[in-house]
Amino acid sequence: MQIYLPIAEVSVNAFLLLGLGGFVGILSGMFGVGGGFLMTPLLFFIGIPPAVAVATEANQIVASSFSGVLAHFRRKTVDFRMGTVLLIGGLTGAAFGVVVFNYLKSMGQVDLLVKLCYVIFLGIIGGLMFIESLNAIRKSRKNIAPRKRQNHNWIHGLPFKMRFRVSGLYISIIPPIVVGVFVGILSAIMGVGGGFIMVPAMIYLLGMPTKVVIGTSLFQIIFVTAFTTLLHATTNYTVDMALAVLLLVGGVIGAQIGTRIGVYMKAEQLRVLLALMVLLVCGKLALDLLLMPSELFSLGAAGGH
Amino acid sequence: MFRWLLLILCIALPAHASEEVVLGLSQDRVAITATFDGSEILVFGAVKREAAIPEGPPLEVIVAVSGPAEPVVVRRKEKKFGIWVNVDSVLVDSAPSFYAVATSGDFDVVLNDVEDLRHRISIERAIRSVGAAMHIKGAQEFADAIIRIREKNGLYQTRENTVAVDQQTLFRTSITMPANLTEGAYQTRIFLTRNGKVVSEFETAIDVRKVGLERWLFNLSRQQPLVYGLLSLAIAIFAGWGASAIFRMLRQG
Repeated sequence: MQIYLPIAEVSVNAFLLLGLGGFVGILSGMFGVGGGFLMTPLLFFIGIPPAVAVATEANQIVASSFSGVLAHFRRKTVDFRMGTVLLIGGLTGAAFGVVVFNYLKSMGQVDLLVKLCYVIFLGIIGGLMFIESLNAIRKSRKNIAPRKRQNHNWIHGLPFKMRFRVSGLYISIIPPIVVGVFVGILSAIMGVGGGFIMVPAMIYLLGMPTKVVIGTSLFQIIFVTAFTTLLHATTNYTVDMALAVLLLVGGVIGAQIGTRIGVYMKAEQLRVLLALMVLLVCGKLALDLLLMPSELFSLGAAGGH
Repeated sequence: MFRWLLLILCIALPAHASEEVVLGLSQDRVAITATFDGSEILVFGAVKREAAIPEGPPLEVIVAVSGPAEPVVVRRKEKKFGIWVNVDSVLVDSAPSFYAVATSGDFDVVLNDVEDLRHRISIERAIRSVGAAMHIKGAQEFADAIIRIREKNGLYQTRENTVAVDQQTLFRTSITMPANLTEGAYQTRIFLTRNGKVVSEFETAIDVRKVGLERWLFNLSRQQPLVYGLLSLAIAIFAGWGASAIFRMLRQG
């Protein structure tokens, strides 16, 4: 069944969108990532204009993250205090990111930079996670201890310390704020929740326990992506509600299933899977940039200045 | 001699002016609804004439439908530092968002170049005539790219031999419009030609509009963007909560 999207101004198959939403929703529930890093490129591939894909995806992430976080509330695996600190950084970053996005759009380079960002971030994060989690599985006791100690030293040197009871941490608020700002920028530019950056940053940089990481990152993502959605809706008019509804119907159902699956799997196995997924998307996008495109020219609306 | 010339003119002029188009359209408006999946418009008509059918080559018919013209930026990619990036761009001041031209015979038989230039009927003319940036070196490539890309998407169509003409009087054709249409008035021109020359021209418009929910959402997003954004978020949060609640009920019940 074809459906016409009022803002994107294209006609696409409704079941394809539901299916994409469901698939990405399952990953979202399992890994605590918004799934935007996967969904945004997929939307490009089915012909949604990039600016609409990025803005609408932010809206859809709100839904899937909200659905996901409720399950974590019940299991009490959300560190609200840490989430709020991350959020302060996130909102600042998102505002800055939208300004950059609009500037790049007027330059005609937004596609390239979005894709480059994806390749670089996904490549580094995916690679690191893959190696780390393989090591963790191989020698499950010895690996984590030395790494934690190393992080303790570095982070304990910073001022403005705060106690995060749920995470069992007493650290400076500077690293979480910096992580938040960074993720906020990515949220606005790449149409992602930023979970794929935040989850590893929380585990490796802040040293948070894996079980609170997912709930806390979802908590932060809801607010940052909601803010991003509003900014895109009011400055670019690129949030497509019809597209978002289809994606989120599939997405929220998928997220519920994913959260259940996540409960039955070990953290290390989850991370290997996530790392592979990240590397796969990275590889596909890198190929698009490296191989000669079949059409060297592209058309764009003459907006901006 | 002068008298002969006058006589010829007298015969020729009324013969040209007396052939007029009486047009019918299967629909003069296209409504873009939620399930809009392109549209096919039947264009049919008759040639009204006072005198007998003139001698010589038969009457040919051209139907040209043109969507609203808008500026287009065409960007070209080049390999830089190992990756393909947009290096330069040309702004084409105005190119129709949709252009379909159907003819009753081969294009160059139905219409000669001079007449094409004057009436801007072929796709190439419809674009090139308006591009102000065309003096840039290699700009032709960019104009060709618009045509190539839009032809691939079904937005530009040249359909030769698709107008059926009966008895040099009745004609009909159908124009296929894809789903990704731009809103606006679609200028529809009918040309009658003889021997490659335009003898009569008729113009009307097909109105392409979003309707219903599509219209409402689009207007809201432009006129009340904050309300639109908040509504999007409300739907998202409600859907997220709803799915969570339903799944909890399913698991417990």
